[in-house]
Amino acid sequence: MSSHASQPASGGCCPHAAKACAAPSVYGMIAEFDVVGDVRHAAEQARKAGYTKMDVHSSFPIHGIDEALGIKPTILPWIVLCMGLVGMTTGILLTTYCMADWIPHPSWLVENFKGYRFIISGKPMLSIPAYIPPIFELTIMFSAYTAVFGMFLLNRLPTLSHPLFSSARFRRATQDRFFLAIEAEDKQFDAKQTESFLQGLHGVLAVETILD
Amino acid sequence: MSHPTSQATAVLTERDNIGDDPRFRAPLVTGVNDFTSVTDIVASIAERKPNLYWWIAFGGAATLCGFFFSLLGYLVLTGIGIWGNNQPVAWAFDIINFVFWIGIGHAGTLISAVLFLFRQNWRTSINRFAEAMTIFAVCCAGIFPALHVGRPWLAYWLFPIPNQMAMWAQYRSPLLWDVFAVSTYASVSLFFWYAGMVPDFATLRDRSKSKIGQFAYGLFSLGWNGSARHWHRFEKAYLILCGLCTPLVFSVHSVVSFDFATAQLPGWHTTIFPPYFVAGAIYGGFAMVLTLAIPCREWFGMKDLITMRHIQNMARVMLATGLMVCYAYAMEFFVAWYSGAHFEHSLFLNRPFGNHRWGFWAMFLLNCSGPQLLWFKWARNNLWVIMACAMCVNAGMWFERYVIIATSLSRDALPSSWAQFSPTWVDLSLLTGSFGLFFTLFLLFLKFLPTIALSEIKTVMPQAHEHAHGHAHLHGHDRAEEKH
Repeated sequence: MSSHASQPASGGCCPHAAKACAAPSVYGMIAEFDVVGDVRHAAEQARKAGYTKMDVHSSFPIHGIDEALGIKPTILPWIVLCMGLVGMTTGILLTTYCMADWIPHPSWLVENFKGYRFIISGKPMLSIPAYIPPIFELTIMFSAYTAVFGMFLLNRLPTLSHPLFSSARFRRATQDRFFLAIEAEDKQFDAKQTESFLQGLHGVLAVETILD
Repeated sequence: MSHPTSQATAVLTERDNIGDDPRFRAPLVTGVNDFTSVTDIVASIAERKPNLYWWIAFGGAATLCGFFFSLLGYLVLTGIGIWGNNQPVAWAFDIINFVFWIGIGHAGTLISAVLFLFRQNWRTSINRFAEAMTIFAVCCAGIFPALHVGRPWLAYWLFPIPNQMAMWAQYRSPLLWDVFAVSTYASVSLFFWYAGMVPDFATLRDRSKSKIGQFAYGLFSLGWNGSARHWHRFEKAYLILCGLCTPLVFSVHSVVSFDFATAQLPGWHTTIFPPYFVAGAIYGGFAMVLTLAIPCREWFGMKDLITMRHIQNMARVMLATGLMVCYAYAMEFFVAWYSGAHFEHSLFLNRPFGNHRWGFWAMFLLNCSGPQLLWFKWARNNLWVIMACAMCVNAGMWFERYVIIATSLSRDALPSSWAQFSPTWVDLSLLTGSFGLFFTLFLLFLKFLPTIALSEIKTVMPQAHEHAHGHAHLHGHDRAEEKH
């Protein structure tokens, strides 16, 4: 909510100066499509036109959209690998520590570790083969939790509010329509030019300006 | 409202997608459906008031579930002496039910993860179902070992928590491996299921007319907006999860089988147990998926999405895994004979002819004979026959665990400690009641959650592929086009 008096209150947006504009600021502009191919071509054309801060919204993953938008491969698999190794290390340390009857330590260090000297099924104190199932399960547990939570965090979810949710039209993005959204923060963004660019795309059904 | 290409889609009847002609790719969604109508079919189940079938089923299931929890209260207050367990049959219905339910859970992960890695696109119609079934089956399974410990309020001793007694969980014991395997499996399956549902919760949020619906679905959807960047990470996470769940699902029932195989008891101490248990789990799990899917598609108008082809594919998997189970039965007898071990001989003669012979013959007839009908095309085309076969397997797999546990324990290597086992009314009621819990949870799932993975089923529709303008296009061609 701005108190800038010199700007018209009902303008929606002001051309060429989105950042300086103080009246209801603009989040961006969306174009609606109903054919998968059209939105993909639209994304390609927008990228050719020099737009970078843009996204496609759809109810399912569209094949080829990553290339069209220039989305770089996610770092997620590497994070999962690291956490998997952390899980494996945790498993090895946990099992060997819990079952140990002796812990290596420098002679000057006072220790009162007695261990849990309980032999079962004739296995030695350090019986790595018997520890493999817990180690394996902990590896999987750490990796899988990381895959799920890491994915949501990298996506910056949960974020329950988003400017796009103010559009009634956009509700169909999770159902049967496809949207190309160009943000006002994009250097190329210009209310008039971007609107005419979006209107000119093949198969476009509607173009709407989204307020922030 | 429909999209231009969908007009050209040929009208397909239910029967049209069950052909075996390799020149034509069978459609996975039949009827004249586009993204709009598929969304409507699935979302409307959660949106409209449930029909009479649902209320009848829910009434029955919830009553049974209430009975189950009252019995649990009685059991915890009284002690497990009200079970029929004795020495030497210290593992009885509690462990039988545990293995039975955890086995059913396996089909869910198999359908979700293993079939995904093998690019079996038909899984998209049934994976949500099967995953839900996994979660609920694991809920039922988890209750039994927790009660089996005798003092369930001390069940936290199973976990490696530092404590004043200076005692640790025993990592050399397969029973502890089970704790790790089952808790990993339960939580990973839950997150996998939930993560897959997030985009569909967003669909329900955006369609919901009620304030409560918008709030609840909005909360669970975490603010999902279908961004291509989000989908990119989502797909990657999904692939990783499938890769992780595949070894996990095989490990879980292998570990369950170690509970038996590492013991010295005749009939348990065999190396065939891990693959035999996994095959049996998938067999029983697919039977349960069929048991749930066949009535659901009839009653909730999902015949275009869960088509006859899906049912037939599941019937085929059930037949194949059933044969593996029969092979394992035969191999157990062969190894018992070939081992030359006196106690093994005696036990395997005892199974078909001894004190629990009715259990053995029930298992043999239900698991090895009934489902063989599915070799025939007419049988695979008849939903009643498929349903009957699935029911045979549901019961047969319970008897399999009964035979493994009760016969071996009641006739161990020391004849002086032999004893008979007979279940009490509490044993039988807890088994029946656990179905009440399972079906209550499943019916609530049917009513409130996205029953079919909308975002996944849309990707296997021809409209999701740019150049499929109604004519028979092969997937490989589409993929090649996308590379440009």
